[in-house]
Amino acid sequence: MIELKREELLISELADLLVNDKHIAVGAASPVPGAAALLVKEEAKLKNNRLRVTILHSNKYNNFTDGARELFDCAAQGRIDTFFLGGVQIDGAANINLVGTGSYEKIQKRFPGSFGSALMYFVVPQIILFREEHSPRTLVDKVDFISAPGFSDENIYRPGGPKFLLTNRALFKFDKQKKRFCLLKIHNNESIENIIKLTGFKFDVDDKITNMSIPDKTRIDILRNKISYMVSEFYPEFADRIWGV
Amino acid sequence: MKQFDELSLLEIVDEVKDGDLIGIPADYSGVPMEFTKELIKKGVKDLKLYCLPLTTIQGDMLIGSGCVSEVEAAAVTLGEFGLAPRFSEAVESGKIIIKDSTCPALHAQLQATEKSVPFMPLRGVIGSDIQKYRKDWQVIENPMKFSGNKNEPILLLPAVQLDILIFHAPCVDKNGNIQIGRRRELATLAHASKNVFVTTERILDIDLFDDELSAATCLPALYIDGISVVKNGAWPCALPGVYGADNDEIKKYSIAAKTQKGFEDYMKNYLSN
Repeated sequence: MIELKREELLISELADLLVNDKHIAVGAASPVPGAAALLVKEEAKLKNNRLRVTILHSNKYNNFTDGARELFDCAAQGRIDTFFLGGVQIDGAANINLVGTGSYEKIQKRFPGSFGSALMYFVVPQIILFREEHSPRTLVDKVDFISAPGFSDENIYRPGGPKFLLTNRALFKFDKQKKRFCLLKIHNNESIENIIKLTGFKFDVDDKITNMSIPDKTRIDILRNKISYMVSEFYPEFADRIWGV
Repeated sequence: MKQFDELSLLEIVDEVKDGDLIGIPADYSGVPMEFTKELIKKGVKDLKLYCLPLTTIQGDMLIGSGCVSEVEAAAVTLGEFGLAPRFSEAVESGKIIIKDSTCPALHAQLQATEKSVPFMPLRGVIGSDIQKYRKDWQVIENPMKFSGNKNEPILLLPAVQLDILIFHAPCVDKNGNIQIGRRRELATLAHASKNVFVTTERILDIDLFDDELSAATCLPALYIDGISVVKNGAWPCALPGVYGADNDEIKKYSIAAKTQKGFEDYMKNYLSN
């Protein structure tokens, strides 16, 4: 059996959520989503399918020519199927916080800021929340600051929103009706009990819960021999740490 | 007659006044680091940074050096090298005011000024705490009968005009037209700024407007108030298409700047080189 890095497992897990997309966009500080998007594009190419990927922080894998606003205009026009968002905190209603902890405006621990989340979360049909650290301090009952809300009132224009949440231990699906996460998959070394213990919010558990899927050799080969070098163009530190390229 | 004013770097620095609202380009659009170094040496005060839409080491250095009173941004970060330490510390201790925003809002506020209209509407954002704390933003009901949805709340953002903008560009032609390539957000910034100064790697003895391909990459000279040739003017940040970021140096900064003392030691060395 091939020894897998946890990041590779997560890249593969994300890639499985992207197979039906036509255009995937990847924003700031997102090496794992970036690698997943390029992997799916490469796999689509082998099947003679066309898939567009826009990596915001890359010059090479970027479809935009109209400046940094084009991502948001393009998303608002409905031309992006999937985008990824993270969070210092994510809560059980899928509210995300990228600003900091403690009460605003006298914040205790300040993080970078909300980036484009406050629009992207509203207009991109499939938002995948990705936060590697799975702990009661990242997955909380209620976020300290709402950079972007998990759901909105009926009269608000909102074709987009959260669909999945992936951490280094588990994959959740967001149920829009119940406004609640549902546990779909767990890492091979995890138990449901431990996930409950490490999650600061309450969630449902799917009847057909499984382990995260192990990528086959073909996928691993593409990832290590091709995608790794592509990723090194825009996330050199990450590519070096994971693959030594 | 020469079609533009060629200035020294210090002449550009002198154009920045205490209290100015200054446009700050993102790390991918040509960060004027050599200019920033001289600005810090001058000891400018109370700058208000308008980041389109974020800032990295440039903003963090200006904040750590005490040049800044307010930041409007969607993010301040060192990217792969983690949090912007002087920014985080300054916000946590209340030394600076942060007007938290989101990328498309920062673009839209400048686009309003580009069109000389008082505000710009934007979808999304409603229901976030960003909106809740921005007293300068307003929500109205969509007034249009046949466009958008009836009863739809929509966010209005005020037009923002910058006092001054400085960025670094790969090259300038003999008439002062600036090559910005696909970094069109620099055009948005320039259109919305009262004064615009550019540092550049070189001035070319050609007219970029002679060719359709190069003409499309230009910010026309009519928006520019002065140009200065500064080699490696974006270092340690990248200049897209010309050179990459010096990641070792940014990493070194990210470690040093974790404390004010470490930051000051780093800056002493940086400013003297």
